[in-house]
Amino acid sequence: MSIRERLSGNEAAAIAMKQINPDVVAAFPITPSTEIPQYFSTFVSNGAVDTEFVAVESEHSAMSACIGAEAAGARAMTATSANGLSLMWEMIYIASSMRLPIVMSLVNRAVSGPLNIHNDHSDAYGARDAGWIMLFSENNQEAYDNLIMAHRIAEHKDVQLPLMVCQDGFITSHSIENIELIEDEKVKEFVGKYEPEHYLLNDKEPMAMGPLDVQPYLFEHKYQQANAMKNAKNVILEVSKDFEKMTGRKYSFFEEYKMEDAEIVVVCMNSTAGTTKFVVDTLRENGIKAGLLKIRMYRPFPAEEIAKALSKAKAVAILDKADSVSGAGGALFTDVTSGMYINGIKVPAVNYIYGIGGRDTTSYDIEGVYKDLQEIVKTGKTENPYRYFGVRREK
Amino acid sequence: MEKITPNTPAEKMTIAGNIYEAGNSLEFKTGDWRSQKPVFLSEKCKQCGLCFPVCPDDAIPVNKEQKREDFNYDYCKGCGVCAKVCPFGAIEMK
Repeated sequence: MSIRERLSGNEAAAIAMKQINPDVVAAFPITPSTEIPQYFSTFVSNGAVDTEFVAVESEHSAMSACIGAEAAGARAMTATSANGLSLMWEMIYIASSMRLPIVMSLVNRAVSGPLNIHNDHSDAYGARDAGWIMLFSENNQEAYDNLIMAHRIAEHKDVQLPLMVCQDGFITSHSIENIELIEDEKVKEFVGKYEPEHYLLNDKEPMAMGPLDVQPYLFEHKYQQANAMKNAKNVILEVSKDFEKMTGRKYSFFEEYKMEDAEIVVVCMNSTAGTTKFVVDTLRENGIKAGLLKIRMYRPFPAEEIAKALSKAKAVAILDKADSVSGAGGALFTDVTSGMYINGIKVPAVNYIYGIGGRDTTSYDIEGVYKDLQEIVKTGKTENPYRYFGVRREK
Repeated sequence: MEKITPNTPAEKMTIAGNIYEAGNSLEFKTGDWRSQKPVFLSEKCKQCGLCFPVCPDDAIPVNKEQKREDFNYDYCKGCGVCAKVCPFGAIEMK
């Protein structure tokens, strides 16, 4: 029997790590992810895990220690947020290009400045080209479930890439919700033992990692990395299927909520999907065919599948909880619309930048988006596709 | 381990450039990084033994009689440390 609990998102992530019992955890505290290594260090002190906990002096060292541990042949995990991830910058690219399946909890927070510790997706968006698999989580349950699935995906021989599980800072990380935990033994069996084919501490095979990679070689290694990212799609589906068999909880690239006959669709990630589901239900009660496409897998990006899922809609709004400051829309907007274009799907699409720096996103805000979509369907006009909601402006 | 060359296709390369062998830095000849070249003037050399321990690239071979021989230009990067320590002017940078 699974265990019914009530936990915050950070507690859920820490419990998942406890059940995974990795060889090494190296982390540096930063709001709002601080509690994850904090809870985890108590598990270490109490002997609940066998993990070597490395209390480093910075996030750069946290990621470096994870890289060293994974290269040695160990399973390594970490957690961070915003500026912590920024300080890891150099090392997150090295982790992915050395093909080390490190798993990170990224509790999303605005990257400073001006200083703000609250939720948006600017930290994750910044890392979107770093070669990490990125899974997003609507709530505590998904943050937990994604972490339980993470190692199986990251360590798969066709993948061998690091993976980050994102959840919204404070909104889910510090909110206590009901959650269904999997029994320890089942998690242990599901996650399995980490048995890398090559690793530095193998005395039967002395090896070198991360050598100088000059002009005739780096391109091929990046090509391999890109292929591994493509391979991750199938592996994520396989692992999600196994996970469903164990728990009954179904995961895919994205969740389609009331999408069968949906005419107006919102695309978003993380906790905003919960608010949007409530709005979809309300609109449906009034006979409005609203739907939600919630992205779970942001990297690799399921461009073709998203385009297909949106092909029957009459208007789509893509919500970005961070601006790309490109003057042309947020990252998810450009990803989704380029996926639609390349797959020949011509549905009117608009972008909303919202929720920056922890600005509350209410059901009224989302209702406003659906209202705008109705207007687009009615008039056939998508003037100004690069929009905002929730920002104060002169009337 | 199969030799990887600039003609090896991506599919046949090890991931991340991993090298599953030890002692392979010998295969990486760094002598062409050199912009200045040390020249060994054997007639001035007293075989004092000060030069070869300071060579960062182990590019001064020493034979069984404990005598230094001419430079190994495959690895000498031309840093000039040996010329600096030689008390007898037996190494000239050119």
